Amino acid sequence: MERNRLQQEVACMRRSLFDQGYLEEQFIQLEELQDDANPNFVQEIVALFYTDSARLIQNIEQTLNSKPIDFSKLDDYMHQFKGSSSSIGAKKVTDECTVFREYCSAENAEGCIRTFQQVKQEYTILRRKLEVYFQMVRQAAVAHSA
Amino acid sequence: MVLGKGASSSLSMKMADGAEDMVNNNNFTVLVVDDDPLIRKLHDMHLKNFGLRAQVVENGKKAVDLCHVGANFNLILMDREMPVMNGAEATKELRAMGVNSLIVGVTSCGSPNEKQAFMEAGLDYCFEKPLTPDKITFLLQELNKNN
Repeated sequence: MERNRLQQEVACMRRSLFDQGYLEEQFIQLEELQDDANPNFVQEIVALFYTDSARLIQNIEQTLNSKPIDFSKLDDYMHQFKGSSSSIGAKKVTDECTVFREYCSAENAEGCIRTFQQVKQEYTILRRKLEVYFQMVRQAAVAHSA
Repeated sequence: MVLGKGASSSLSMKMADGAEDMVNNNNFTVLVVDDDPLIRKLHDMHLKNFGLRAQVVENGKKAVDLCHVGANFNLILMDREMPVMNGAEATKELRAMGVNSLIVGVTSCGSPNEKQAFMEAGLDYCFEKPLTPDKITFLLQELNKNN
């Protein structure tokens, strides 16, 4: 059955996202909140994460490019970014945010700039994977069972 | 995708494990104060899951204004960092107004100093973002104790 096969693929991809450390427990909490009355809850929350992230990435970039660097502002933005990413269980992104904040409190500009590249990279990778994942979820949902 | 645990009422509201015991849930009102739409949506959903009605506002001033015009909440979930009026200021104002709701700070890790300052503004508890079912269960127990 087409649907079964697709569902298996979804389960497989989901498992690998956890096994490879892209997602953690908090994502499961989101899944558990989803139900028939709110069938797209997880996707909606993730969409809000993308919006938050786009804004914060831009703010952080601007702040890193200004002279002198306002480390306190930088920390505020990254604090928000970390809050968002941990809310959806984006483990690798959250971990890089933590490293960034350490460089930030040490007022280490070079460390911040370097780590920020890592943050952006992890974010982009995760976003790509989640987009594929949710596309598979949607396909499985509309596939025929017979 | 994980399916809902099954409707126990005609509204098809999913009740979390253990929530069935707390028959007083539907009488508790909650205010969620956070500038992040992601957190507002997430916390609102968590609370719905426990059969709680939540109002959501995006900064401390709106929370204060609501209480000023007479809105009463059993529980207020207060973010720390918000534009216009932050969580600590809002908490101080609410306490000064005589609001004795359970006010719980929900914040991303701040420094211990920041957390302490926030508690001293008048919080009953301070939790790390985001809320989890365990934390909500704990808060419901507190609410049931006081009411």
